[in-house]
Amino acid sequence: MECLIGMKFDGFSLIAHDNSAGRSVLVMKQNQDKIFHLGDHLAMVVCGDTGDTVYFGEFIQKNLAYYRIKNGYSLSPSAAVNYTRHEMAKRLRQAPNLVNLIMTGYDESTKQTSLYFMDYLGTLADVPFAAHGYGSYFALSTLDRYHRSNMSKEEAEGLLLKCILEVQKRLVINLPSFSFYFVDENGVSSKRTVKTEPAKVVGESTGEQQSEEMDVFV
Amino acid sequence: MASVLADKYCSKSLRGILMDGECGPGHEYNYQPLNNSFTVPPGIDPHHFVSPFMSDSSDCKIKFNHGTTTLAFKFQHGVIVAVDSRATAGSYIASQTVKKVIEINPYLLGTMAGGAADCAYWERQLSFECRIYELRNKERISVAAASKLLANMVSYYKGYGLSMGTMICGWDKKGPGIYYVDTDGNRFTNNIFSVGSGSTYAYGVIDSTYKWSMSIEEARELGKRAIYHATYRDSYSGGVVNLYHVQEDGWTKVSQTDVKSLHYQYEEEKNKEIINNEEL
Repeated sequence: MECLIGMKFDGFSLIAHDNSAGRSVLVMKQNQDKIFHLGDHLAMVVCGDTGDTVYFGEFIQKNLAYYRIKNGYSLSPSAAVNYTRHEMAKRLRQAPNLVNLIMTGYDESTKQTSLYFMDYLGTLADVPFAAHGYGSYFALSTLDRYHRSNMSKEEAEGLLLKCILEVQKRLVINLPSFSFYFVDENGVSSKRTVKTEPAKVVGESTGEQQSEEMDVFV
Repeated sequence: MASVLADKYCSKSLRGILMDGECGPGHEYNYQPLNNSFTVPPGIDPHHFVSPFMSDSSDCKIKFNHGTTTLAFKFQHGVIVAVDSRATAGSYIASQTVKKVIEINPYLLGTMAGGAADCAYWERQLSFECRIYELRNKERISVAAASKLLANMVSYYKGYGLSMGTMICGWDKKGPGIYYVDTDGNRFTNNIFSVGSGSTYAYGVIDSTYKWSMSIEEARELGKRAIYHATYRDSYSGGVVNLYHVQEDGWTKVSQTDVKSLHYQYEEEKNKEIINNEEL
């Protein structure tokens, strides 16, 4: 039901999550945050079994903070993601836990941007772009087609919009709102949100319209 | 110690993994949601044990009180909480006089949907935790913290067959607050929530009328009306509408109205509107 999208470029990365939260057929809110800030230059977006996502996310967040306080320095993105994978793999055999995530960070010492895909089975992959949820069936091919590592931030934003539009157009599940963040040498940017317009009546009330509207979906 | 964090932020299953025996006695930050947690027989996975009894094919079925309509919304003058009062066991109406608003303390209300016993038990437990918090910290607990306590308590038993969908409503330093908490481990905040089998009908009425800047009278009327319309369509909801209003100085019970009298009242108003329109 949920959708996460992440992509990596030269010098920065972009992560996005949908904003819906609910239970069975009911959407309870359309402004839910699904991001966990793990450090100045590190963040992850999570989806999966409700409850598990928050508890796992907070667990990782607090333990990374604790590491930072204890040692006086943060784990690098690759160290943090491997720690997260370790915790994920432990849970796989001990407690039912369904959390998928995309983690991204900028390593200040190596000046590298990294983007990691992780699922609830503990699959970890360093990837140029990633997506989770049903939206991934649509977004991944769009990313395969258009993603270039040397894109600018404006182009990256355009690519994300392409993915979101495709998901909103073809996926039967209603995902009207997405939030996204850039991660680069300056850290994690503030939240920006993409929203579809609420429904409104279009066309003249002459009784004969629709042809133009129908074309849009072809 | 990692267990400090683990204790504070993790459900039991995660906690077990993390401690690895490093959590000794005299741990001053040891957070325990319960003084004595339920003992589970060794070697039995409660989720596995319970699930066959909850399925339709089972001879010995555990039937939960599932039908309900409860709603709560924030607006400029506080929080409105409105609920129906019907309890059902399958197609049988077991009671028409259930109190589905649980008064946690003079500043906090909880609503009841799902298993009646689970809601009553855990919200009583929450009221205890909130009082303890108040005594320890010399100030009232926030709605956010109270709802998190409840979410932590019930997610501790996730998969054990608990059934609860509740809204924790109150007023704290940040103003009016509503948090939705359920036994799946969900915990959200928003301006409008409705829970239960009639919730879709209640949403249909609230969403089309709701404004943040409503007057107190308008808001109370909207809460009542939304529950009425839900009871009209959802056969698992009915009885009376219990209406509460939370303001800065705590909650007050506003009214208790039989949905039958509301039905005739609204019908009369509707007829008047039709006559007025015809006269115009």
